Amino acid sequence: MQGDAALPFILEGLLAFWDMIWPGLGKGILTTLQVSAVGLVLGLLAGLPAAVARVYGPRWLRRLATAYIEMFRGTPLLVQLFVIYYGLPDVAFWLEGLGLPGKWLILDNTVAAYIALGLNSGAYQAEYFRGAIQAIGAGQIMAARAIGMSQLQAVINIVLPQALRLALPAWSNEVAYMVKYSSVVFIIAVPDLLARGQFIISKHYNPMEILLTVGAIYLAMVLIISTLMGRLEKRLRIPGLELEIERA
Amino acid sequence: MSEAIVRVQDLHKAYGSTEVLSGVSLEVNEGEVLVIIGPSGTGKSTLLRCINLLTRPDQGRVWLDGEEVTAPHADVNHIRERVGMVFQDFNLFNHLTALGNVMVGLTKVKRMPKQEAHELALFELERVGLQDKADLYPAQLSGGQKQRVAIARALGMDPRVMLFDEPTSALDPELIGEVLEVMKKLAREGMTMIVVTHEMGFAREVSNRMIFMEHGVIVEQGPPEQLFYCAEHPRTCEFLGKITELYGPRQREEE
Repeated sequence: MQGDAALPFILEGLLAFWDMIWPGLGKGILTTLQVSAVGLVLGLLAGLPAAVARVYGPRWLRRLATAYIEMFRGTPLLVQLFVIYYGLPDVAFWLEGLGLPGKWLILDNTVAAYIALGLNSGAYQAEYFRGAIQAIGAGQIMAARAIGMSQLQAVINIVLPQALRLALPAWSNEVAYMVKYSSVVFIIAVPDLLARGQFIISKHYNPMEILLTVGAIYLAMVLIISTLMGRLEKRLRIPGLELEIERA
Repeated sequence: MSEAIVRVQDLHKAYGSTEVLSGVSLEVNEGEVLVIIGPSGTGKSTLLRCINLLTRPDQGRVWLDGEEVTAPHADVNHIRERVGMVFQDFNLFNHLTALGNVMVGLTKVKRMPKQEAHELALFELERVGLQDKADLYPAQLSGGQKQRVAIARALGMDPRVMLFDEPTSALDPELIGEVLEVMKKLAREGMTMIVVTHEMGFAREVSNRMIFMEHGVIVEQGPPEQLFYCAEHPRTCEFLGKITELYGPRQREEE
C-alpha cells in the first residue's frame, strides 16, 4: 500500500527534474558533439599532414612538424585556448596599429574553441599516425616505386590506407578523450554540456544531482562512440591479416 | 636480336665505407634470360636495384632501351614502369586483393580506365594461374601464390625487362616449383629477364647466360654449361660445388 502511494511522488519528482534539465542539457549535448566533431576533423586535417611530413618530409618540414607537435603536446590545452581567444585580439590591435589588417584574428568564442581543440588534437593525432606509418614496412614503398609510383603516390595509395587502419584503435581513444576534454571550452563561455550543467546548478543550487547526470551523459556518449568505432574497425579489417600476425 | 635492352656500365655503390659494387658492366639483349649467382652480400640485389634506380649508384651509367636512366633529368617514375621487379619477400600491398594489387599500378600510374584495368588485371592473374584467387587478400594466400601475384603485378605494367631478386628464397620448399614454373613460362614467351637466384636447376634449364659475382665484381660469365662444367675461375667452381651440394638432391628429384 505504502509503495503504491509513493509512486506518484517519485514520478512527480522525476518529471520536475526532467523539466529542470531539459532542454538545457539537450542543447549542451549537441554543442559538445559539435565542438568535438569539428575539433577531431580539424585535428585530422592538421595531424595527418604533420605525421606524413615528419616521416617523409625534407629536413626543414620535419622540424616544422616536430615543433608544432611538441608545442601543442607540451602545453596545457587551457593555455592554448586562452592564447587563441584572449591573446590573438592583442596581436590584432597591434597589427591594426601598424596599418595592417588584423580584425580576422578576433575570434568568436566557438571558433576559438574549434581551433584550440583542433590544433591540440592534431598534435596527438599526428603522433598516432606517425607510429602507424612507421609500422608499414619499407618494402611496401619500394614495391610501389618499382611499378612507377612517385613517393607521394606511394604514400597516398599504399601507405596511408594501411596506416590509417592501424591507427584506428588509437584514434578511437582520441575521440573519447575529445568528447570529455572539449568541456574546457565552458571557460570561454561556449555553452557545452558541462556549461549548461553549471547554469542549472547556479539557478537551482543542486550541484550533486546535476554533476552526476552530466557525468552519466558523458559516459553514455563515450560508450556509444566506442561501440561505433569498434564496428568501424571490424568493417575495415583486412581479411586474413589477423591470422598472418598470429603466425608471425 | 642483339639490341641491348639493359646496358650497365662501370657501376659503383658503397654503403658507408663498404663498397658493394666495384665496377660492374653488363648488357642484356632482348629475350635473354640472365642468371646472377654469388655469395650473399656481394651486391647482386644492389645491382638489380641500380637498374631501376631504387638505389642510386655512386658512379656509373645505366641504359634502358637505349635511354639513359642515370641521366640527370631522366623521368625515373616513367622508367620504372618499364622495368618489372619481383622481390624476395613479395611486398604485395596488404590492403588490396590480388586483383587490386595488379590493378593499382594500371589505374594510378598508367591512368587506365577502371573497366579496362580490371580486365587486364584478370588476364595477368590468369597468366600466373591465379584467376580464381582474384578476390583474396595477400594474407589469405600462400607464399607461392603471393609471389605469383607479385609477378602478375609487374607484368601488368607491360615491362621491357623483368628483374627477379631471389624470388624463391623466402618460400617453403614445396611452393618453389609453382613460382619457377611461371618464370619458365615467361622465359619461353620471350620475356627478357635478369634473375638473382640459387635455383641451379632453373639456371641450367632456362638461362642463356650466367654471371658469378663476388665482392662487388663479376668474376666470371658465360653460358650455364660453361660455368657448371668447366668454370675458369676456381671460386666459381667452389661456389657452384657448394650450392649444388646444398640444393642438388631436391633438384635431381625434380628432374
